[in-house]
Parts: sequence; C-alpha cells; structure tokens
Amino acid sequence: MDISNLTRKKIEELLEKGKRLDGRNIFDFRDLEIEKNISINAESSVKVKLGETIVLVGAKFELSKPYPDSLDEGVMITTAELSPLASENFELGPPRINAIELARIVDRGIRESEFINWKKLCLKEGESVWTILLDIYPLNDSGNLIDAAAIGAVIALKDAVLPKIKEKEDGGFEVDFKAEFSKNKLPLSHNIPVTLTFRKIGDKIILDPTILEEEASSARLSLALTLNDKQESVINALQKGGAEPLSKEDLDFILDSADKESKKLRKLIEKFLK
Amino acid sequence: MAYKKRYDGRGFKETRETKATANILKRADGSGEFSFGNSKAIVSVYGPKRVYPAFLEDADKALLRCYYDMISFSVKERKRPGPSRRSSEISLVSAGALKPALLLNEFPHTVIDVFIMITQADASTRVAGINAATIALANAGIPMTDLPAAVSIGKMGDTLVVDVNKEEEDYEEDGKHAATDIAICVLPRTKKISLLQLDGKITPEELKKVINMAFRAAPEINKKQIEALKNVEEL
Repeated sequence: MDISNLTRKKIEELLEKGKRLDGRNIFDFRDLEIEKNISINAESSVKVKLGETIVLVGAKFELSKPYPDSLDEGVMITTAELSPLASENFELGPPRINAIELARIVDRGIRESEFINWKKLCLKEGESVWTILLDIYPLNDSGNLIDAAAIGAVIALKDAVLPKIKEKEDGGFEVDFKAEFSKNKLPLSHNIPVTLTFRKIGDKIILDPTILEEEASSARLSLALTLNDKQESVINALQKGGAEPLSKEDLDFILDSADKESKKLRKLIEKFLK
Repeated sequence: MAYKKRYDGRGFKETRETKATANILKRADGSGEFSFGNSKAIVSVYGPKRVYPAFLEDADKALLRCYYDMISFSVKERKRPGPSRRSSEISLVSAGALKPALLLNEFPHTVIDVFIMITQADASTRVAGINAATIALANAGIPMTDLPAAVSIGKMGDTLVVDVNKEEEDYEEDGKHAATDIAICVLPRTKKISLLQLDGKITPEELKKVINMAFRAAPEINKKQIEALKNVEEL
C-alpha cells in the first residue's frame, strides 16, 4: 500500500503532538487475541490477531540427523510465507527477502534467548535429534507482522506436544504419523523471549504500527529481550531495518523504553500461556 | 464387508457440520471462510484490478486466477511450503469451477485474483476452497449469475456417501484400497456442473446417481453461504 503524502503528513503532524491516527499513545499495542489449535493436524498452531493483523504460526516436528557442529542438540527451522492472500504488496513465488528476514528475526529472538533446551531434544547423540519446524503464515498484513509472528511463535512453542515415535527396522527412530500426539511438551525455560519492533516516523518513535504508519516509517529496530536473575531486561537479538539510519538519540530513547515496554508485552503474552 | 455405517455416524447423504463466514480479512477486496467438519479453507479476493504484464489482459472480460495452497501444518505430515503439481492442478480446476458463475465481461482489461488457503485438512479441501471462494467473490462485489456449491461424493465399496473425510478417503475392503473420490461443483440455478474430478472406479449409472446427490447437497451449502454474506461484520 503506497500512502499519499497527505496521509504521511497527517501521521507526522499528529505524532508531533504525541497522537496517532487511531487514537493510541505512542507505545500502545492494539488488542491482542489468540486462538489456539486452529489445525488438529499440527503439534501446535496459533492464530494471532493484533488489531486487524492476522498471523498463523504452527509447529511440526521431525526426527533428523544433528548438525556436525552440535551433535547432541535439537534443530529449529523457521520459515515465513508472505502469500499475496495477506496483502497486495506480497507476490507469488519463492520466499523473497522480506519473508526471509521476518523468519530470521523471529528465529533469532527465540534461539538466542536460550528459551529452548536444545540438549534435551537429542534422542541419540550424532544420530537422531528433534527438528522443530516453525512456520509463519500471515493472513492479513495490517502492520507489525514481526511482533505478531514472534508472539505466535512463543505461544506455539509453549503449547506444542511432541509426536509419538516408532522404531525403524535399522534400529533408528521415526515419527509415527498415524498415531495421536504424545503429551510430552518441549523443554522450555520460564524466561519468555519478547520481540519488540520500534518504528521511526519523522523524528518520533512508536510501537505496533498500523500498515499506514509502517508506510510512513523510514526506519525500524527490532529487539528480542529476556530477563536476567535480577529481573532486568537483557537484549538477545537486534535487527535494524528500513532505509534511513537511526540517530544516537533515537537509539538512547529506544533503549530507555525497551525495558518497561517489553515487560508490558511479556505480561500480555503470559496471559495466553498455559 | 460392505460400508454400512459411516465412521463418524453420519447419514450417507449428510455432509459434516458446515460453517461459513464472510469478510474476515481487512486488506482483501473480499474474503470468506468455509469448512466441512475439520476441513477448513480461507479465501481472499483482490480485484478487479489492472493486469501485469499487460499483454495478458483480455479486452472483453476480466481474467480470473485462482491459487490453491495448504499451510504446512494443515496436515499430519508437514507439507513443504510453496506450490506443487497437485496444488497447481487444483488451482486450475477451481478457477474453472467458479468462472461460469461470474459476470467477468463487466470488467474488461482487468484481473481478479482468488487466493485459497487450506488451514486445516481432513479431505475434501478443494471443494471447501471453492465454497469459500464463492463467498469471497460475492463479498468482493463481483456480480454472479449463480452461487457455485461444491461437495465431494465418495464411493466406499458399493456405498455412495456425501462429503468424504480422511478416514473414508483411506477406506479399505479386503485389505485393498476401495474408496472412489469425486469432487463436484454445481451451479444450482442453471443446473450445470462446473467441476468434476474422480479417482477410482465407478460405473456410468453410479456416476449419474453421484451427480444427483451433489445437486441435492447444494441447497444446504448455498444456504450457509448466503447466511454468511447476509451477516457480514464491518472490519
């Protein structure tokens, strides 16, 4: 969606007064709704509604060989499909750079937080480990896909149950697709990773942009945060995006806000965790 | 061993519970959702809009393009993201099922794109997709002369059943696969058939019965589609 210069100007003028088109304050999130178990065939699946933005996130599991540099650790592969179903700005065909970046930001936030205990996902060292296939499908892009997808990813992982396995003739294991899922959950820490994407519009900075605000924005910074033993925020992953640079003052403002705002979002997410 | 009682206890001419909703996605020009039991399709429609590249455009009518896909976790064994030969073929026949009901000549030089996404699969997904697409196209304001209604008919051994689920799709007799699966889309007002696909074995006489069963199942499906379109909530 290309926005008109008039709309852009209106958004910027309102932000000068600390206001937004939909009446929110600069750091307010839109209403968050979660619908769980949207596919009975998935080990977990979540529909995230953040205002009008809708994203499906699901987890499937496979048994595979570990990577040579981590023979006793499980694997996670995150993908995002930006189907033109969700926006006239998305195109058909193999994942383009914006889909790849979305998946990698979500992936990194979870991976670097040590949310998942990779060693406990090993069945037999060097032979067989669990692979988590985390797939992200936006259904409607009305802004802030990154944070919506990251919220869905955390809830999907928390909800997931492992499939049952059976022994193969050669002594190895494989997933039993005919069987019901087991009741075994993933080995996760209680330290919930939260991904928060700040957007710069003009010289103001906001959270949870609508699609119009995203179009008016020239720069973004995504932060993935967890808590340390003293309940202080720790940054696990960062991604600067957008064409314009951020000033040192912008970064100071974001870093000064991230602790409080990520804790607010974490509280919101925790409401949906069993 | 004949198929005398359905696995889920339904009558032979009964569909699973159907659900329909219109206008569920903000960005699309039209959208809809339709489910047969645990098979659920979400559809968005964009258009009529300009055609790129321009040489594809038709001076007499709008192009109708359909894209059918399943989300990776809609099935038990993860489906690799992206199109396959199967999904490409379903896209093609879905467009064929819908086209005869649309007044495409009202929008020359344009294209209407229909994106069908299966979010949960329990067989009969292509017909669920077509029913959702009908809702989405009407929701987008595309004028129609008919309301396409699609359903699958199965032949389990010698028994004909309406709306096949996964368990029935895999039906065996004497240790052999014995299910025939027929996907049908009917245009109830003009009494025409716009989709017909079959895998298995069937006699011509049986197929005539199958067609009649599909026409008899159509009013119930149309009723749900119309209810959905009458109860649109603003987004």
